[in-house]
Amino acid sequence: MNARAMSTKGVLRPGHVQIRALDMDTMVKHYRDNLGLLEMDKDDSGRVYFKGWDEFDKFSVVIRPADEAGMDFMAFKVNGEECLKQLEKDLTTHGVALEQLPAGELKGCGRRVRFTAPTGHVFELYADKEQVGNGIPENNPDCCPDELKGMKAMRFDHCLLYGDDLDGTVELFREVLGFNLAEQVTDGDVQVAAFLTVSNKAHDVAFIRHAEKGKLHHISFFMESWESLLHAADLISRRNITHDIGPTRHGLTRGTTIYFFDPSGNRNETYAGGSTYYPDSPVMNWDADQLGKAIFYHDRELNERFLSVLT
Amino acid sequence: MLHQIHLTHKKIQYPCSEETNLLKAMSQSGKAGIPRGCAEGGCGICKIKIEAGEFRTGKMSRSKVSLEEEKAGILLACRVFPLSDLKVSILEHNKPEQPF
Repeated sequence: MNARAMSTKGVLRPGHVQIRALDMDTMVKHYRDNLGLLEMDKDDSGRVYFKGWDEFDKFSVVIRPADEAGMDFMAFKVNGEECLKQLEKDLTTHGVALEQLPAGELKGCGRRVRFTAPTGHVFELYADKEQVGNGIPENNPDCCPDELKGMKAMRFDHCLLYGDDLDGTVELFREVLGFNLAEQVTDGDVQVAAFLTVSNKAHDVAFIRHAEKGKLHHISFFMESWESLLHAADLISRRNITHDIGPTRHGLTRGTTIYFFDPSGNRNETYAGGSTYYPDSPVMNWDADQLGKAIFYHDRELNERFLSVLT
Repeated sequence: MLHQIHLTHKKIQYPCSEETNLLKAMSQSGKAGIPRGCAEGGCGICKIKIEAGEFRTGKMSRSKVSLEEEKAGILLACRVFPLSDLKVSILEHNKPEQPF
């Protein structure tokens, strides 16, 4: 691999997320037929693997049968085995306990290094995953493949996670994993939200300070345009998908958005646009007393679910 | 078949078919009283206690409704379907403290 990471530590991008399903049949139908992800594989433990059509690696979303909702873990792909080894050393030096997952534990994925962040969320790093392509040729590529389903989500984009020790997790991501702080919400000296990036995107993962550990706010999928969000909104109504809010715009990241829920109650987002981050960009700050506008730019107030409905 | 759902804490009632969950029927009839979260059995915001009546349930997140609670009729409104008229009360939710 000869990818070039924007992170100085070699973390490339979000790689996959594993989500818990109360009912596999409805969840598979939702992610395949509503979001339009491609069903790629399944394994002996009952997990089903998906990817967005424009992703090259074999999978980015894994659904696992479980008796509670929520996220098992989120993983980042790193720039090769040497980089993974260095990050293992750096995490250990930082006092982070590591767990090793062998190659093939997730089908098509190389070895993974797993750890728990101070906010209680489980993260993984890996260097290799089988590449299957995005369905269009690499030479003279067309714009998109034929016969995509539902919302035609292009890729798994980011997660917003809620947890208690925001300071500890932000320090770990910035100091050890090389993430940059693109945007934040502050209440005086207290940081209440941190939007972190290893790329040109406004966020590859974001955190909000919250009393409980390890909560999932949403899993986000990237869409091409505002128009594709309106198409998704029509589909949400036509198929009676449980809706939360939108289409609207976020103040934070300037991205356009719809929030809705999967059949296990995990919040999904379809997201388009968003500001561009460069390593020399200043940190965009929102004051906590402007939180309504920061989250829902048009309504300028939070709906009752934004801070309390989590899995 | 329609059954009447009595929300004892609000002293209101609304109709609900055997194929519709208590949360959806409430909003369809323009009533309020049970908070709506994910409406898919995952987040636990719509937790209620069935005080009287017959019902069936769908799958709920075990981290939100324990086996003991389920046996005691403490359930998520989005996953309860009536088989008779029901008396329903709202519980104090485990809503987290807002840090800001």
